[in-house]
Amino acid sequence: MEHTHIPTPISKKFFTPGVIFLTLLAANGIVFLAGRFLFGIGAVTNLNDQYPWGIWIGLDVAAGVALAAGGFTTAALGHIMHRDKYEAVIRPALLTALLGYTFVAVSVSIDIGRWYYIWHPLIMWNGNSALFEVGICVMFYLTVLYIEFLPIVTERFIGKVNLPWFFSRFNKLIDGLLRRLDKGLSKTMFIFIIAGVVLSCLHQSSLGTLMIISGPKMHPLWQTPILPLLFLLSAFAVGFPMVIMESLAASRSFGLKPETEILTSLSKFVGPLLGVYLLGKIGDMVIRETFVYLTEFNSISVLFGIEIIFGVIIPLRMFLSSTVRKSPSGLFIASLLVIFGVFFNRFNNFITAYNPPYALESYIPSFGEISVTLGFIALEILAYRLFVKIFPVISIPSEKVKIKTKYAIRGVVK
Amino acid sequence: MGQSRRNFLKQLAAIGTTGAALTSVTPKNSIAKSSDNLSEERKGVLVDSTVCIGCRKCEWACQGAHEFKQDSFENYQNDETLNKMRRPDINNLTVVNKYRDEGLRTIKLQCMHCDYPACESACIVGAITKNENGAVVWDTDKCIGCRYCMVACPFQIPAFEYHKALDPKILKCDFCIERTSEGKFPACVSICPVEALTYGTREELITEAKRRIKNYPNKYYDHVFGEYEIGGTSWLYLADKNLAGPVFPKLSNNPAPGVSESIQHGLFAYFVPPIAVYALLGGIMWLTKDTKKENQ
Repeated sequence: MEHTHIPTPISKKFFTPGVIFLTLLAANGIVFLAGRFLFGIGAVTNLNDQYPWGIWIGLDVAAGVALAAGGFTTAALGHIMHRDKYEAVIRPALLTALLGYTFVAVSVSIDIGRWYYIWHPLIMWNGNSALFEVGICVMFYLTVLYIEFLPIVTERFIGKVNLPWFFSRFNKLIDGLLRRLDKGLSKTMFIFIIAGVVLSCLHQSSLGTLMIISGPKMHPLWQTPILPLLFLLSAFAVGFPMVIMESLAASRSFGLKPETEILTSLSKFVGPLLGVYLLGKIGDMVIRETFVYLTEFNSISVLFGIEIIFGVIIPLRMFLSSTVRKSPSGLFIASLLVIFGVFFNRFNNFITAYNPPYALESYIPSFGEISVTLGFIALEILAYRLFVKIFPVISIPSEKVKIKTKYAIRGVVK
Repeated sequence: MGQSRRNFLKQLAAIGTTGAALTSVTPKNSIAKSSDNLSEERKGVLVDSTVCIGCRKCEWACQGAHEFKQDSFENYQNDETLNKMRRPDINNLTVVNKYRDEGLRTIKLQCMHCDYPACESACIVGAITKNENGAVVWDTDKCIGCRYCMVACPFQIPAFEYHKALDPKILKCDFCIERTSEGKFPACVSICPVEALTYGTREELITEAKRRIKNYPNKYYDHVFGEYEIGGTSWLYLADKNLAGPVFPKLSNNPAPGVSESIQHGLFAYFVPPIAVYALLGGIMWLTKDTKKENQ
């Protein structure tokens, strides 16, 4: 078992029918995105003065951040608590977080009216604003994620720098710089790894604070002062399922053997984490007596019911069963349900629950908005596929003994 | 030995994070911090809706004062428009609606210029500020167009230019800040032919409103809307019925940004919680590294 899995660039070809479909989805999104930049947000979206935020914030940003939680949860488990056996899943999770947050940043930029002022929060501070906190933390965390990814880049290129023609004279220089960078990084990486976890906890919870200020405009089933805690707990809960789902999807797509053993033992954390989240959610409901809204049968109570039953209770039961945890398909379905639950929870918090009393018309996402959202998801999957082909991210079984120890235990305290 | 220490640390970590999360949700004080230096002399407007005749001249004057597209004066006397439940938008910073079903008269709506504005607290770059004279104003040089002020506003007032690709603005009543700085009244107050709008310091206006209620108890519903709602607003309303519900949302007397600001300040109290979590995680990282070596 000792180090038989080594991160390696995947050599499978890039284009498959699925990839072509995703490319089309992405292209469709980009067309509508161009419309937004040429004619304004109103030309593409159904947003109005009463519904200023739609799915670009509720899904692309809020759900995007939550579903990128695999990055910091695996970093906490693998690097901070030193559970070395989970090493194989850390790099894919890191890559997902990196791409996820990159697209979160892009989504924020396209949703704000003055995208060219995206840097304003860096110098214009408002410490009272939850959005300011989220913005700053996401910017810092994105930087940290890129730094955490750097060792994978250096590993890929050290000793392999081979520039064409004229530039070949710089090969040695660049190789030297990379080695230096690598050395510096491996000494300081623990700073960034801890910072990444702290920043994640901060903005995952602050995303929950965001909607609190909307007060009675938000339905009491979701509006609660403990929203930040619920957002944080649900982010903890969705991190590992996201990693499990991706790992299984990637092994299938690249024709590798699923790392069931690692995933099974990773999945034993999910039940308790989901349980704590459910407890918080139900406890809050009991204390604030909001369960009275569940006796009414309307779209709001139905959506809340779907979120809780299919997104939390059923997967919780599944993750507590060892039969489910030992089968790849069981793990896959249970993980998908958790992901759906958190995704849907963010949607409900930002869209379903937001009901301003004097709305002139209700908000239903436009075709353009949905296209852009789907386009971004497609682009993210394509970028993932491209990255794992270029960089040693996914661990594949290998007969060889571990070559470079220091790369595998990157970021440990020396 | 190593195993039990690891477990202990794990629990410690759990307690630490929960603690940090909990400090974040315990409201320390319910008063928002942003506008604590409210001037005693801040101005306001008292709207006496029992006097309003629904002529919509205030809308006309407002559009003129802000250099918006203005229709001809006569076209504003139009019952059809009056009966539509309109909201302030990018072309009308103030609107007059007729609340017939509720047995109410015509009511003028615009930004309430809260004493503890949710929009000011929410704004990511601090582009919205409560001025000393009571006006809540927006700064085009800072705004990034995120529309969080619109999410935050309890009265659903700010409007956004959705159809502008470049430099879309947030638009709302600015209390005619340019006119008042020249010593003039706000445009709507100046033009009102029946003196339904009274401009003055907020204190004077509250005294005046209470005097009217006392002198004409049959004419007024005994409540000055805006005196206490969400911590108080600069615009105050008198009416013959309760306005909370049909015209304005039912709001508590706590400042709108209170809860979210105490959470924010709890999470970042002198940066202690983040630094504590950082130190805790660093400790765990260091100690678990040690136990691993011991075990090997």
